[in-house]
Amino acid sequence: MEKEFLEHRLTMNRRRFLSKLSLGVGSVALGSLLIPDLFGGKADEDALLTGLPHFAPKAKRIIYLFQNGAPSQLDLFDYKPKLQEMFGQDLPASIRMGQRLTGMTADQKKFPLAGSMFQFNQYGQARAWMSELLPYTSKVVDDLCIIKTMHTEAINHDPALTFFQTGAQVGNRPSMGAWLSYGLGSENKNLPAFCVLLSKGKGNGQGVYSKLWTNGFLDSVHQGVQFSSGENPVLYLNNHESIDRADRRNMLDHLAALNDETYKEFGDPEIQAKVQQYEMAYRMQTAVPEITDVSKEPEDIVKLYGPNCLVPGTYAANCLLARKLSENGVRFVQLYHQGWDGHGNLPGEIRGQCLDTDQASAALITDLKQRGLLDETLVIWGGEFGRTNYCQGVLKKDNYGRDHHPRCFTIWMAGGGVKPGVYGETDEFGYNVVQDPVHVHDFHATVLNLMGLDHEKLTFKHLGRRYRLTDVSGTVIKKIIA
Amino acid sequence: MALRQFFILACLLLAALTWNACLHKTDDSPSLPDVVSYNFHIRPILSDKCFKCHGPDAAKREASLRLDSAQYAYAPLKETKGAFAIIPGKPEESELFKRISSTDTSYMMPQVDSHLGALSPYEIKLFEKWIKQGAKYEPHWAFTKPVKAPLPEVKNKEWAKNEIDDFVEKKLEDIGLAPNEEATKEHLLKRLSFDLTGLPPTEEMMDRFLTDNSRNAYEKMVDALLQSNRYGEKMAVHWLDIARYSDSYGYQDDNVRTQWPWRDWVIHAFNENLPYDKFLTWQIAGDMLPNATKEQILATAFFRNHKYTEEGGVVAEEYRVEYIIDKTKTYAKGILGLTAECAQCHDHKYDPITQKDYYQLFAFFNNTKEVGYEGDVTASKPAKQPILAISPEEIKNVLTFINRKDTGSMMVSVMGERDTVRKTFVLERGAYDRPATEVQPSPLRAVLKFDTTRGKRNRLGLAEWTVSRDNPLTARVFVNQVWQEIFGRGLVKTTGDFGMQGELPSHPELLDWLAVDFMEHGWNIKRLIKQIVLSATYRQSAKVPAQSLKKDPENKYLSHAPRLRLQAEAVRDMVLASSGLLVGTIGGPSVKPYQPKGLWEAATSGRGELATYKQDKGEALYRRGMYTFIKLTVPPPGMIMFDASNRDQCEVKRLQTNTPLQALVMMNDPTVLEASRVLAQKLLEEKSSADDKLRKAFRRILCRNANEKEFAILKQYHDEQLVAFRQRKMDAAKTLDVGEYPLNESLDKPATAALMKAIDLLYNMEEAIIKS
Repeated sequence: MEKEFLEHRLTMNRRRFLSKLSLGVGSVALGSLLIPDLFGGKADEDALLTGLPHFAPKAKRIIYLFQNGAPSQLDLFDYKPKLQEMFGQDLPASIRMGQRLTGMTADQKKFPLAGSMFQFNQYGQARAWMSELLPYTSKVVDDLCIIKTMHTEAINHDPALTFFQTGAQVGNRPSMGAWLSYGLGSENKNLPAFCVLLSKGKGNGQGVYSKLWTNGFLDSVHQGVQFSSGENPVLYLNNHESIDRADRRNMLDHLAALNDETYKEFGDPEIQAKVQQYEMAYRMQTAVPEITDVSKEPEDIVKLYGPNCLVPGTYAANCLLARKLSENGVRFVQLYHQGWDGHGNLPGEIRGQCLDTDQASAALITDLKQRGLLDETLVIWGGEFGRTNYCQGVLKKDNYGRDHHPRCFTIWMAGGGVKPGVYGETDEFGYNVVQDPVHVHDFHATVLNLMGLDHEKLTFKHLGRRYRLTDVSGTVIKKIIA
Repeated sequence: MALRQFFILACLLLAALTWNACLHKTDDSPSLPDVVSYNFHIRPILSDKCFKCHGPDAAKREASLRLDSAQYAYAPLKETKGAFAIIPGKPEESELFKRISSTDTSYMMPQVDSHLGALSPYEIKLFEKWIKQGAKYEPHWAFTKPVKAPLPEVKNKEWAKNEIDDFVEKKLEDIGLAPNEEATKEHLLKRLSFDLTGLPPTEEMMDRFLTDNSRNAYEKMVDALLQSNRYGEKMAVHWLDIARYSDSYGYQDDNVRTQWPWRDWVIHAFNENLPYDKFLTWQIAGDMLPNATKEQILATAFFRNHKYTEEGGVVAEEYRVEYIIDKTKTYAKGILGLTAECAQCHDHKYDPITQKDYYQLFAFFNNTKEVGYEGDVTASKPAKQPILAISPEEIKNVLTFINRKDTGSMMVSVMGERDTVRKTFVLERGAYDRPATEVQPSPLRAVLKFDTTRGKRNRLGLAEWTVSRDNPLTARVFVNQVWQEIFGRGLVKTTGDFGMQGELPSHPELLDWLAVDFMEHGWNIKRLIKQIVLSATYRQSAKVPAQSLKKDPENKYLSHAPRLRLQAEAVRDMVLASSGLLVGTIGGPSVKPYQPKGLWEAATSGRGELATYKQDKGEALYRRGMYTFIKLTVPPPGMIMFDASNRDQCEVKRLQTNTPLQALVMMNDPTVLEASRVLAQKLLEEKSSADDKLRKAFRRILCRNANEKEFAILKQYHDEQLVAFRQRKMDAAKTLDVGEYPLNESLDKPATAALMKAIDLLYNMEEAIIKS
């Protein structure tokens, strides 16, 4: 009887799964997050999922270190001695070419060029330029694929950030992580496929918004789940202090017995699905704190990431947490670090931002590598646009500000099948792309490709249209794939 | 036992059959219809597989071929001399048929690299038969005026309670299913109460209904619920989703704004049963009505609820255009059920909406006085121009439905026309800085021709066109939304898309009958709802009959009532109402109840009034879910987890998901724990036996009496907890320490804690948040 009942439950869930599946490749994660143990490698289900991924993936997981507010590429990566030579002179109109400016500098009469005040040196086999602000990152250059020719369409934070995360400047489209969860599902039973971590530096900040990790029109199991390294790592995860693990187990057993009564009356498979949801929640209650607890990390790891990695809510703590989540099979870990919006006092602010982030970003690469995980984990570092070569506000040798610049900026990627080196060239003013531009859609197409997905095939039909992360364009940048 | 075993076996067998059917779709294909209909059989395939390159969008058209109308499809092919895409009557000579049935990858359609996928053998047969029968094109069903079809002849004449049932019964008979038995009175009352008021029935209502054996007992209950002011609140929630209502401006600094007087008006309008045509007219163009009242002007705030940027350095015109686009989208999707936004950048690929048509519609909204940018967050005000100022006197005398107790005037963003007409241009690729041809305001011509001799080319003209009896969409779309809110799924499943790519109605004649009937009876919303809930269709049991699982797994044809989860707001309301915590005040400024710490703080720019979450105290903690403050960049997490709209854009349909995060909310949200404690206190203050208290708690939360097995499980859990508390294995004081509602110290702590835990168990039952 018991066995029959279980069989029945299984069949019912299959049916539900199938009816969802008919909507598209959809709800693949149903087999993972939603009802994990019912879909653990049964032959039938595997057959259903053929076709995804579209080809052999190079990367299995992504950690995206989003530098929110737009770091200055000119003070970190894109070394332009010309700007120092012409310090204080006006940006030639032939270079600006009518580029639209934000309202913050559109009224400026002059656009005085501001060479970086920081020292640059070359590192690694690629002899990549990097400023003195990145002493740690410069040590892992040989693992980085530095793209100097990213460009975007938006010139303001909100639309630019939304564009990077969802492939559209406006609109409630699914975020990158949601697309990957939808396309590839989760690798584990106890954690969501898409996790989000927030931190904040002292520099001029721009908010982040939960729409950045939205599932959009996809099933809400694909929504990013916000994690923190604090006491309550996932919203509503912790039991009330009066309830311990045994109490919760006892409560769930009684609950299942009550729900079974309803099931007997109505025969609705959703009732059994609900019981499974409570079981997964229960498993998350132990799995999540175990992962978010960094207190047991060995000394060399703490040293690697820096002492801040033990302070909940810092970028360093989030990098360490990202590694742990990723290691435990979370498909997409999305970090946001705020504070890069250097309109004024940029040198002081960026110095602080780098102190907060440089060591931990590099540590993440080193740590993944020493665990043999870097090959299958794609790490991405970058902001939503770049910053101007001319000064916003008063220009001094040791102080200046930079406005938003969408036409070229630098991001880097590491591991997960990307080819280390420097990609793309900007002009001597660091204003325009000279060779090998990479549009946001190209970036998305390439990232999906590394994950084994064809960006034109990963679609979801919503309100009559097949949507994709790359909207209607995007080209895979083959040259950066190893 | 034997019965149960039989049931399980039957389910197993049927499920297995379904499983097989899904894997071998072609074996299960229905037989070809006698007459192949363009609208119902052919066009959905054309739209999905062909129009991308051979549809209305001129820019993307391949081989100069369009297949969306007979005129073009019958014409000689430009690129293949002597050939025709379709020769009526002759599939084997029609290029279209030859290509869709070919397996030659260089010849077949759709082309392999389109990723659209080949047609199924059944679809190919459909085309063959359709062409054989003359390849007759028909206008799109949703763009033709609905008419009342005669009621269908049904075999079972006993079941129907009103016209709705005749249509439903006919479909069921066609597919070989029968309607379910009627739901028990208890289940029915719970369902009805949530559908009409968003709240569980009170014990008094349950007693009254269960003991009332008069013939019209149910109808009396329907009338009472429709008369309750809770009705307006329930109805408003869906409209707030459409209107993307929120309490902040969105975008990065996301400062506070005060659009809530408009929200109070929506509740008021539903309670007053303002006819839907007026309800729309006021919201679209209330400010332009002759001698417009303040109430009518306030209604236009509908179009001002979208996001406004306060980010320094934006290009004002870029955002002004963005705001008009949002208004256009909300109008098209929420009111006409069309996805017009595709035509923002190019001719619509599937629907007969050109880019010019789009900007003609856009032009109606383009003449508002608002600007794209009023300054950054440091200059932020709670409303943006044009503003309706409301004085305390007006609230006292005219706008009495606005719930504001303190004095001082307040402001709401509303619509207002410029004195000189702003020119509107087609914007190339939708870019604000690429104006092309100038256009005049005009509503979508594919829907209904705009008679310029009668309607003016302004918003008032648009409003009149919208609620014209000849408009084929307005009534259908609204009736469908109401149906969706009650049955969980519209008669047209794609509530926001009645266009070519939308799903066809499951009961086209019923939809049209309801739409026409709705208009004939003065767009009377309460009447429409009463009609629906009085039907036998609505009153069916939600037990899932094995037969229907097989023949209609999605329950598209309603052979039983759906079992639906309560919407996000109602989950909260159920907890508050059943525990007695609910504070029933209607309207007023939104409130900030308990929320996990640090959420707003982690995601803020640090600027503006909403940088930190300042939780309210006292009564504000126990208001209905619809009054929870919505900060757009960090919407209330408990609500979002239960699929509430994030209010970022117009939303006509919420998802219904079932996730572990929802389980975590029900287990650990302090509101649920506090409600459990408070209900336990209240029950202990009453003079009744321990068993009675448990039974009563069960009834208040589940809205029915417990069966003996359920009661036994509950009692066993309760008694075991009580022993543990008494023996101090568990800490009663700590358990009771949750929420700000005062603890009754005079009560026995172990007894309160044990009852609290039993109640908490009930709140976590699947059925607690289900209408069944």
